[in-house]
Amino acid sequence: MFILAEMTDVVKVPPWMFHLKLNEAIEQELNKKLANKVVYELGLCIALFDITKLEDSHIFPGDGSSHTKVHFRYVVFRPFVDEIVVGKIKSCSREGVYVSLGFFDDILLSSDSLQHPSRFDETEQLWVWEYFTEDGGSHDLFMDAGEEIRFRVVDETFVDTTPSGPEQQVIEEPINAKEAKKIPYLLTGSISESGLGLLSWWNS
Amino acid sequence: MEIQNSSAALLSNYEVYSLLKELQTGEKAGKKLRKQQKHLATISYETIKYLEKTPCQQQSAEIIEQFRRKLRPFKLTKAEELQLLNHRPTTAVEIQLHIEESEERLTEHEIDSLLNVIATVLPSSDAADEEMEQS
Repeated sequence: MFILAEMTDVVKVPPWMFHLKLNEAIEQELNKKLANKVVYELGLCIALFDITKLEDSHIFPGDGSSHTKVHFRYVVFRPFVDEIVVGKIKSCSREGVYVSLGFFDDILLSSDSLQHPSRFDETEQLWVWEYFTEDGGSHDLFMDAGEEIRFRVVDETFVDTTPSGPEQQVIEEPINAKEAKKIPYLLTGSISESGLGLLSWWNS
Repeated sequence: MEIQNSSAALLSNYEVYSLLKELQTGEKAGKKLRKQQKHLATISYETIKYLEKTPCQQQSAEIIEQFRRKLRPFKLTKAEELQLLNHRPTTAVEIQLHIEESEERLTEHEIDSLLNVIATVLPSSDAADEEMEQS
């Protein structure tokens, strides 16, 4: 689920942090910049693992802070495709089931990747797996919110959410300015294999 | 900011868990300006909360080393070994999920002995609960 990514960056240490050891100041600045943020095409950054190399620090005219090029390794959350992950059901909608891991929320199990046959129950607003036993009876297994669910990661989508510059001079519809919120890192999962789905389905 | 290597290494849940626990209770914890580290505090709290409920809570470096040694004869890929370590499967169905083409690569007997290795080398949370009740 977690990978180590090697990165380099120029870290600016402001003068009020000069009393700290350089390593500590850099660690704080890197964590401030990257922790809990999604980096495009990398994943969700968790925490700094270590600093591998510190190059010389420079001071630029007009700026009292020191700038240091740092080579470091960061712990990143990025499950590989086909990995099995366990999470909790957040909510269900017509599109499918939304799963959350606590620290990461954007996981969608689309409606056609659920166990066959499944149907969406409108009254409960939940997906239901209609499980047919050999003797012809059928059990309705509800996918309740808050239940633990095991799924396979099928796809990951990165969207670059850096804001665009002021190219357009006129803002056309300020009232409808809220477009669909772009999800920077979306995982698509599936539970259509045996062993996948709610843990309670397979635990007896 | 440049990314030199976006996947230098795979980390087990145990390694991430111990790193975050160290960060939380670390030497600098008192001095750290918590208000500046809101994001780190949030993500490490949530990740620790998630990882606490996984088998990695009972693991240690020695256990992982022993586990890897015992897994060598099964010739699994690194990713598959990692999944077995993180999830601690107890049934053949789960093994099939984590290991690709397990029916072709492993005989039934091998699957059983793999489950045995997992059950004996990796401690489970139930065993820990039992110990707590007994003491």
